[in-house]
Amino acid sequence: MTTRAARRCAPTEDPRAEEAPLRPHGRACANVTSGSGLRPSLCRHRADDQGASASFLSLYRGPFPSPSILLPFPLPWSLVLLSPSSLPPSRGPSPPLLPVRGRRRKGVPPLPPLRRRRRRRRLRVPCQGQLAGSLGRPPARHGAAPRGSMAMNYNAKDEVDGGPPGAPGGAAKNRRPDNTAFKQQRLPAWQPILTAGTVLPTFFIIGLIFIPIGIGIFVTSNNIREIEIDYTGIDPSSPCNKCLSPNVTPCVCIINFTLEQSFEGNVFMYYGLSNFYQNHRRYVKSRDDSQLNGDSSALLNPSKECEPYRRNEDKPIAPCGAIANSMFNDTLELFLVGNASYPTLIPLKKKGIAWWTDKNVKFRNPPGGEPLAERFKGTTKPVNWVNPVYMLDPDSDNNGFINEDFIVWMRTAALPTFRKLYRLIERKSDLHPTLPAGQYYLNITYNYPVHSFDGRKRMILSTISWMGGKNPFLGIAYIAVGSISFLLGVVLLVINHKYRNSSNTADITI
Amino acid sequence: MSPARSRFVQIHGTDDNNSKNGRNCKLFLLVLYLLNGEKFKHQEDPCSKKPLGPESLLLRGARLKNTKEIFGVAVYTGMETKMALNYKSKSQKRSAVEKSMNTFLIIYLIILIAEAIISTILKYTWQAEEKWDEPWYNQKTEHQRNSSKILRFISDFLAFLVLYNFIIPISLYVTVEMQKFLGSFFIGWDLDLYHEESDQKAQVNTSDLNEELGQVEYVFTDKTGTLTENEMQFRECSINGIKYQEINGRLVSEGPSPDSSEGNLSYLSSLPHLNNLSHFTTSSSFGSSPENETELIKKHDLFFKAVSLCHTVQISSVQTDGIGDGPWQSNLAPSQLEYYASSPDEKALVEAAARIGVVFIGSSEETVEVKTLGKLERYKLLHVLEFDSDRRRMSVIVQAPSGEKFLFAKGAESSILPKCIGGEIEKTRIHVDEFALKGLRTLCMAYRQLTSKEYEEIDRRLFEARTALQQREEKLAHVFQFIEKDLILLGATAVEDRLQDKVRETIEALRMAGIKVWVLTGDKHETAVSVSLSCGHFHRTMNILELTNQKSDSDCAEQLRQLARRIKEDHVIQHGLVVDGTSLSLALREHEKLFMDVCRNCSAVLCCRMAPLQKAKVIRLIKVSPEKPITLAVGDGANDVSMIQEAHVGIGIMGKEGRQAARNSDYAIARFKFLSKLLFVHGHFYYIRIATLVQYFFYKNVCFITPQFLYQFYCLFSQQTLYDSVYLTLYNICFTSLPILTYSLLEQHIDPHVLQNKPTLYRDISKNRQLSIKTFLYWTILGFSHAFIFFFGSYFLMEKDISLLGNGQMFGNWTFGTLVFTVMVITVTVKMALETHFWTWVNHLVTWGSIIFYFVFSLFYGGILWPFLSSQNMYFVFIQLLSSGSAWFAIILMVVTCLFLDIVKKVFDRLLHPTNTEKAQLAETNSSIKCLDSMCCFSEGETVCASVGRMLERVIGRCSPTHVSRLWSASDPFCSNDRSILTLSTMESSTC
Repeated sequence: MTTRAARRCAPTEDPRAEEAPLRPHGRACANVTSGSGLRPSLCRHRADDQGASASFLSLYRGPFPSPSILLPFPLPWSLVLLSPSSLPPSRGPSPPLLPVRGRRRKGVPPLPPLRRRRRRRRLRVPCQGQLAGSLGRPPARHGAAPRGSMAMNYNAKDEVDGGPPGAPGGAAKNRRPDNTAFKQQRLPAWQPILTAGTVLPTFFIIGLIFIPIGIGIFVTSNNIREIEIDYTGIDPSSPCNKCLSPNVTPCVCIINFTLEQSFEGNVFMYYGLSNFYQNHRRYVKSRDDSQLNGDSSALLNPSKECEPYRRNEDKPIAPCGAIANSMFNDTLELFLVGNASYPTLIPLKKKGIAWWTDKNVKFRNPPGGEPLAERFKGTTKPVNWVNPVYMLDPDSDNNGFINEDFIVWMRTAALPTFRKLYRLIERKSDLHPTLPAGQYYLNITYNYPVHSFDGRKRMILSTISWMGGKNPFLGIAYIAVGSISFLLGVVLLVINHKYRNSSNTADITI
Repeated sequence: MSPARSRFVQIHGTDDNNSKNGRNCKLFLLVLYLLNGEKFKHQEDPCSKKPLGPESLLLRGARLKNTKEIFGVAVYTGMETKMALNYKSKSQKRSAVEKSMNTFLIIYLIILIAEAIISTILKYTWQAEEKWDEPWYNQKTEHQRNSSKILRFISDFLAFLVLYNFIIPISLYVTVEMQKFLGSFFIGWDLDLYHEESDQKAQVNTSDLNEELGQVEYVFTDKTGTLTENEMQFRECSINGIKYQEINGRLVSEGPSPDSSEGNLSYLSSLPHLNNLSHFTTSSSFGSSPENETELIKKHDLFFKAVSLCHTVQISSVQTDGIGDGPWQSNLAPSQLEYYASSPDEKALVEAAARIGVVFIGSSEETVEVKTLGKLERYKLLHVLEFDSDRRRMSVIVQAPSGEKFLFAKGAESSILPKCIGGEIEKTRIHVDEFALKGLRTLCMAYRQLTSKEYEEIDRRLFEARTALQQREEKLAHVFQFIEKDLILLGATAVEDRLQDKVRETIEALRMAGIKVWVLTGDKHETAVSVSLSCGHFHRTMNILELTNQKSDSDCAEQLRQLARRIKEDHVIQHGLVVDGTSLSLALREHEKLFMDVCRNCSAVLCCRMAPLQKAKVIRLIKVSPEKPITLAVGDGANDVSMIQEAHVGIGIMGKEGRQAARNSDYAIARFKFLSKLLFVHGHFYYIRIATLVQYFFYKNVCFITPQFLYQFYCLFSQQTLYDSVYLTLYNICFTSLPILTYSLLEQHIDPHVLQNKPTLYRDISKNRQLSIKTFLYWTILGFSHAFIFFFGSYFLMEKDISLLGNGQMFGNWTFGTLVFTVMVITVTVKMALETHFWTWVNHLVTWGSIIFYFVFSLFYGGILWPFLSSQNMYFVFIQLLSSGSAWFAIILMVVTCLFLDIVKKVFDRLLHPTNTEKAQLAETNSSIKCLDSMCCFSEGETVCASVGRMLERVIGRCSPTHVSRLWSASDPFCSNDRSILTLSTMESSTC
């Protein structure tokens, strides 16, 4: 077997290989480490030891320590990850993580140990006939010079472990780094450079795409009808002014308004609050999602986050927390003062205002078959509420925690001025507008106090497009960015043209 | 080990001496006595005293050779070993990048604290009114209400600190360490830094200084073994005033009769026997009287005896049978006789002597065996007066077989010649100078015949000094002084040290890169200058200034002033400065500033006759000079260790002088020429990589946390977080970590070959340019502006909380935060993509993978009610966000706007003030690889479709990247490019 290997690789093998046994290598270290990739750091000491001159007792070799590399994390993982290609193919049953070499194309069957060793050896002697040929001494390749059995052992060990060889020129050239694309840092790569030439078209393309999009969005947004009515009653002339004082309960006020244009398609009725900090940290936290999800234990023992709206009169509050406690409780009714002698009530749909997942998954009433009141037994209503949670709506599908008004309120707004969807006005038919132009009045049952924090209450009627409510910002922004991009493209074109001439000459001087 | 054979070792306590600090190393050594077991009972017998010196001490890590066992006693263990002591003394080196990183960190710390303070103050001004502090809908608990105001203030401040703490990127340190550690492997893997002949690859001992390689301004290099091969070749010698040259193993006289080439001095050593006299006659240029010749022959004999006896060369224990009897052929190199020496000069000399015919065969404990023309002579080795750098010589005292006692001395000519009283002193001196001019290393040999009386005296005094308990060194020096006198000069040797290849090119490249090269050497002035000239360090056109042989302080100052004047007067041509050790120490003592001025104006500086510590001192001087330049020291021997450790970056050459330098260095390379690739390619890359890494990290955390800060203005400074806590945690760990790590490992903003061929590009990154305050400000401002765009873009989109959904439903605060976060993750990742100039498939994978991962993760995270989470804030938030058309448009708009700023800046910079690097980038653009191709294995001429196919193959894991070729790799001469040879198939291996 040996001779076969020798013959086949005769012109390629480094003749110095046979001198290896002259210098036993001392302790082998690579056999402790599983991945040969560890070698660069862990075996450094050893490599140094061997490199020292072979004087009698190595006295002149300074025992300086090798400064070790800082290891910020456990070694094996990272190294195996990075240097799989240094794993001898006969050893690693696992494929290299980075397929940097083609040797896996052929399925190499597991080898008996002896052959394994030979393969290992040849691996480390890359074919370099032209380099080693002149020095080659083909006869008596192995075991030519008499040598101690110990040296033999060491050598064999090195062969198997692939440890670094001894002093320079001592052993086979197995320290040669692998010539892989990854290790030599020449993975194929696309090397883009941002130059005026490459960027210019991009600028124009952005301009050409963004401006039409912006116009489209802007037009869409402009086609949306929206009317906003402030019914806080700060203004003394306002019909709701009387309701500012807390003594008048219940307080009902009526606000008249006119729709100049008819609202077509589905119309959405929002209420809006301003200066109301639903995003205050204390407020946002003040809820118990497991209670709202119908968890029985949380129902009776709400989370601590709900303080100070957790318990009232020794009974747990359901739903607990500041959010639930401060639920919006004005009632808004819309009447059309049409041609008829009496105003018609516009039908408002209560369902479909909350996220489907909230209504059907996130918010659940406590389990059980008995009536809702029974299921909430042992709890008390939030302090500010008039009715307990199981009396929010007569419709059992919209009562308790799954009341949609409640769910909408529980989704805390991002900013202190916000809207929440209150009701839907569904389109009746294609022929008639949902809300024809004309006189309307809003009947408000005024319960919700905002005066104390300078708040405002609004009612908003809005149609909607595929991209939501009326928001000119996006359209304008698109147009602006598109135009700037286009303009810059032009500027760049001019500058580029000017500079190209001058820079051409500049390049030559370098 | 049987007790009968055991030796006993006893350590006398230190108390009987007046050593108060008994742990002192030397004292401890001195009180060690080795006692023979047999003599154990007579331990007070002074005859059993044996001197123990450092030579008897085995250092940790030593290995036993040529003997089966030794007996010893442990003197120092654990932390007291020299290894451990040296370990401590090594100071931590920090790179310039790390220093500026720390500066930036402090700036960010200030920003953090400022933000927290502003927030806290604003919070309390806001909360002065109760309607904001505690509106009816949001009451405080009793506990909150009752806590003291100061306590609340502090806790609020701390809460803000926690909220904003992400602006200090903790992950930066982890990533930087990871980058440095993993990145440093590329140096060791580099085939260009692999030295074929010695089978050495570059070695990285510290990963902390990778980027410092890109910042070097001064290179200090040792000469011997660093610029030269340290492969000593005996070239010439001068024996008794006659110069000889070694040609093909024969000594040829250089005298006036050069045609006497037949004169073969290899037979010289047989002449004492006076039977071969006739063979000799022609070789001598002197008169042919037998007396003269006999005298000459004797001198020759003695000279070579001295060469082969006076050394510390060891011989490897190989059978010497090969050196057969029979006529000795000088060209029969003693290939089986391997000499090992701590000094290559000695080795060269001993080998030369062997070629001439005086073969050193081996030394046992007390004898030295020399074979003269196959005739074995056994010399008794009486004393070895070891080499030391103060005396600059060594000597041996031997007893010839005839009983005569000789002292042979060998050393620098300056240390030998003054001690000589006989021999051709003047002629030799001239020859030595001639040798030095040729760049050869010279040593002088001398001898002294000792009478037995003299020897007894010497023996006694030596013994006394060696066993002295106090001031042993002074006493020894004194005795040596006494012994090495009245010498008779034998001659001088000249050993050539070949220059390494490409030294000239490398030094030239270093100079082009704006690096000043200083050569620091222990050699003598003439040798150093001639080597300096031959290696291109000094040009012929250079005006060479000298500051040598200064005796006094004032002279030195005067000389320095003169030099400074000359430089000022003549600033057109380049100046080179030669300083020697003594003048340097004078110059450094009093006139540092003046000296520095002169040095800075010289384009090349050569310091000769330097002691190791002086080398370090010079480096320290440059290091602490006002510009604080980054220094790099290259050396190969133990004498360079101090300078290697002193310099910012220490490079060890893995040469023939042991491993001390390589071990104490930060990087070890096999050849000086590798320095250019190490600095210009690796250093440049590492610097760019880490600089971008640092800047980017600060940038992305500014982007991350500033919206959070801005949000406080809209939530009453209540410390409400904008993002969900999971996002807060994962931002730096998962969503944005891999692209930058990949970048910092793989980035090559410019082709490495261009970098190596254009050293001037190195100037583009000098002075830590990528981490200057200007670029830092740019990145920071970029970060802030991006953050403003994310936040206010989202803010205006949702300003009045207008519905963004087609069904009129509303979003909440978590959706708002998620929108900002989504834009941020995309922007920050694409920003990294903009910085990347080198798109391998890994970059593609992690960049696009990161964004995809963010989306997949968010969908998953928001798609489930997590049972173990107390709040389900994020439930379906992300999905609802994505179901809004406006949100998509907003995301695209914001990302484009953010990157727009950066692209415009980049393009205009490149257009208006292109750096050399950028110009080179353009010139060398390799446009053959397209974006799509780079995602998979690539070979030239393949269509995109085929490469997509390859990409699929890669996904399956079958595609081999070895087919990949980029320009030069295609012409790789080694078959190793295709390792299929290594499989067992006979067919394949035969193709190689």
